[in-house]
Amino acid sequence: MKPAAFDYVRPGSLAEACELLAGDDDARLIAGGQTLVPMLAMRLARPARLIDILRLPELAGIGEEKGAVVVGATTRQAQAERDPVIRASVPMLARVLPWVGHPPTRNRGTIGGSIANGDPSAEIPLVAVTLGAEIMLAAKDGSTSMSAEDFFIGPMVTSIDQGQCVRAIRFPVWSHPRIGVGFFEVSSRRSDFAFVAAAAQVALDEDGRCLEIALGLGGVADRPLRLDVSSLLGTPLEAGSGTDAVNAALADIEAMSDLHASADYRRRVAGVLCVRALEQARDNAAAKPAKGAR
Amino acid sequence: MKVELLINGVSRSADIEPRKTLLDALREDFLLNGTHAGCEHGVCGACTVLVDGEPVRSCLMFAVQADGYEITTIEGLAPAPGELSVIQDAFCETHGLQCGYCTPGMILSAHALLQRSVTPTREEIVEAISGNICRCTGYGQIIEAVQFAADRLRKANTPRAATQADQPVAEAK
Repeated sequence: MKPAAFDYVRPGSLAEACELLAGDDDARLIAGGQTLVPMLAMRLARPARLIDILRLPELAGIGEEKGAVVVGATTRQAQAERDPVIRASVPMLARVLPWVGHPPTRNRGTIGGSIANGDPSAEIPLVAVTLGAEIMLAAKDGSTSMSAEDFFIGPMVTSIDQGQCVRAIRFPVWSHPRIGVGFFEVSSRRSDFAFVAAAAQVALDEDGRCLEIALGLGGVADRPLRLDVSSLLGTPLEAGSGTDAVNAALADIEAMSDLHASADYRRRVAGVLCVRALEQARDNAAAKPAKGAR
Repeated sequence: MKVELLINGVSRSADIEPRKTLLDALREDFLLNGTHAGCEHGVCGACTVLVDGEPVRSCLMFAVQADGYEITTIEGLAPAPGELSVIQDAFCETHGLQCGYCTPGMILSAHALLQRSVTPTREEIVEAISGNICRCTGYGQIIEAVQFAADRLRKANTPRAATQADQPVAEAK
């Protein structure tokens, strides 16, 4: 369990990091290293050079914009978990973070690292896809961005080019006062890879009718999916009412099968967890006062 | 690569290959063998150290990444040679270990928790040590050890009369 030899560089700016990355196909970025270092140790990855971006000031910090919270790529998962802005404005992210690894891995692991890794069972990519976040990328020839839905392609495969670096993730913030989040996951042990994970966010109006709804599914297909349950908009989301919408949304999904869980199992559990997540989200939203500031 | 590290309050330097983990550097270059090498790929938690007071896996961090941080290993907890910290002593008292392989990591995880709060709930203790695998104890006595240490730390910071008034001892047992 010892990595092969590599060169280590720690550039002083994002521009310098992008410059180094652009000129070298054998280079890999490292930030928290909580997935990359085991890959190196098992020699599943053997880059010639590691470019350490963890301390770059351009990638750090959590900022609020109109209608969004922008989370810098190197924000530690543990830091995001405690952050008051994320707790208040991106509650789904705050809700799932305790399920991401363990306290020691969350102290080093970053939000951007989990996005770039693109594990189909990972919670942070699930939140990004469910909420329709935007992945902001930096490269030598300029910055770009793309929707999370376009970013994730398959297991550990993303649309990122060799010369690009995840700079930040822009999570949209819902403006309604009554917002609730629901999240359920099935794995063999707490904090292990999810076989199925379902995340939901709903906004209710003063009468308890659904104004906005988002539902996402992780661990089932080869990438996190956003499910279309827009047929529930305007309804009071009564118990059991989500089942038909969820089943319709799950109809065309290609579920993965592996050593841990069959495709049939994943599909079955997905239906149950999606309904539970919606109901939990509704209950949490309904518990908030109908009027007044969030 | 020349690396300067602040380990247990002492600044130390060595010439370390970039591919060497902080774990291996601590053991081989600085002869701090209290940090244990278990799985070496981030699963078991035996190699846990504190970086700026927070537990991290030293097998998932290269020594060249660790400059500028305050690193605490199990050797840095005892107040003086031959003595034990409150948490170390609590692990002995409650038999919170058998083979001892996971113990340095467990104690450092518990240390970080009790630095934040000396009134953790059982759930908070379980969460704090959830990244540390023990194959001997079944965890029960480890949780007991952390509760016992928390109780002692609470009393250490409380005037004597007040200690007798409340009864956290029974709760910890």
